[in-house]
Amino acid sequence: MELFLHQFLAGLATGGIYALMALAIVMIYQAIDSLNFAQGEMAMFSTFIAWQLLQWQLPFWAAFFLTIAIAFVGGFVIERVVFKPLRHAHQLAHIVVFIALFAIINSMAGFLWDFSIKSFPSPFGSHPLFGQRLISAHDAGMIGVTLIILALLYGFFRYTRVGLSMRAAAANPESARLVGVRVGRMVALGWGMAAAIGSVAGMMIAPVVFLEPNMMNSILLYGFAGAVVGGLTSPGGAVIGGFAVGVIENLAGTFVPYVGRELKLSIALVLIVAVLTVKPSGLFGERIVNRV
Amino acid sequence: MTTKLLEARDLCAFYGSTQALFGVAFGIDAGGITTLLGANGAGKTTTLRALSGMLRTSGDVHFDGHSIAGRATEDIVRLGIAHVPEGRGTFVRLTVEENLHLGATTRRDRAGIAADIERVFVYFPRLKERRDQQAGTLSGGEQQMLAIARALMLRPRLMLLDEPSFGLAPLLVQELFAILRRLNQDEGVSLLLVEQNASLALDLADSAYLLETGRVVMAGPAPEIRKDEGIRRAYLGY
Repeated sequence: MELFLHQFLAGLATGGIYALMALAIVMIYQAIDSLNFAQGEMAMFSTFIAWQLLQWQLPFWAAFFLTIAIAFVGGFVIERVVFKPLRHAHQLAHIVVFIALFAIINSMAGFLWDFSIKSFPSPFGSHPLFGQRLISAHDAGMIGVTLIILALLYGFFRYTRVGLSMRAAAANPESARLVGVRVGRMVALGWGMAAAIGSVAGMMIAPVVFLEPNMMNSILLYGFAGAVVGGLTSPGGAVIGGFAVGVIENLAGTFVPYVGRELKLSIALVLIVAVLTVKPSGLFGERIVNRV
Repeated sequence: MTTKLLEARDLCAFYGSTQALFGVAFGIDAGGITTLLGANGAGKTTTLRALSGMLRTSGDVHFDGHSIAGRATEDIVRLGIAHVPEGRGTFVRLTVEENLHLGATTRRDRAGIAADIERVFVYFPRLKERRDQQAGTLSGGEQQMLAIARALMLRPRLMLLDEPSFGLAPLLVQELFAILRRLNQDEGVSLLLVEQNASLALDLADSAYLLETGRVVMAGPAPEIRKDEGIRRAYLGY
């Protein structure tokens, strides 16, 4: 029982990271109907920036918030420079650009900081929380940070004017323009926020998986799984999906024979295929129905 | 000659490389109700979309002293033109009240917005009962009311209405048109109305334009257009 609870909580902790990645993916998917394959690399690059700031002797939380701001600006600029000109382009063009971004950011990070594995400090420490064995301080901290981010985002989208405009722009761009929402700006804002959310995920998971240019590959895959399980049209669903994937992955790795550490990643793929086969819109996604 | 609130000259519009309007010219009187009549595909909706900057256009459009041809939709809205689109453009997943708040996107006066929400509820009491419901759960008639209420939140000078009667029961249509008349008289909103139901539109409007395949083929005060033999046969059906 204790083992189960321990694995469950550890699953929730990494699940929170997947939830953040899933949310970032969904935010961009809502805006341009494509999956951002470079989301993980953007998060990885942000984490390297945080690492660099820490090397320059900035206190952790100063580096943390500065990195979020830099990531936000970076996401905003990528949309304005790269994707705005492609607004009317075919979806395949988007995918090609995403793959290009993936390769560019990945090798940029390797070029600037080399491919050696670096350790990234945890602001919470890796000791057990309150001296018990159930959950480590870093895992608890990850869950806490995730929940704070989610609460902030919920408040932003639910109660602010900009949040409302962003939801309108995503739901019905044409109608949004007709009431005066500057849709293009909202899309760029969404990119900035997605990049910022990704940077938090990167900085939180880096102490666990270590910092190197390929650190986010598997995390992004789990994030995709979370988004697909919850539904690509449902931000709330993506978050729940992310948590679920984390828990399932951890429990299956512990309790299902043969899965162990090596086959964990395939669980994400199995989940994606299973959900797409049985319920393509995801557990909480919206089926596209046109009412006449 | 009365002053024109909006004047279009030689307006052409294109869907991709297909031309849909061929040098349309018309004017809208300040404080008046103007209607565009015509069969399916005559270019009525296209004209409204061209005015709102949703299509590639050429030609001249002046609104209240500003040239608006070729400007972005978001900027045209800010001059006070509210467009109630075909199919109502409801944000179905948002609540009625959120839809209304979106109508006031361009405004910054919090107190005024809150007061205006209560004011549109006077015109549309049913929306008040449903203010916290998802807009997608409203009936077609209620969604049309919501679309007009949302447009009012802009405090528009001119409202473009694209087939407000579409799909509504006759009784509802009468109610809706009575409200439109009140909006015009009490709030001083000029209306440009596109309708398939020509008889209804001519009852409400002061002046009318008849479109055929992307061109204006007849224009005049509504009572005169109503008397025209050809119009009577083709569009009024008696």
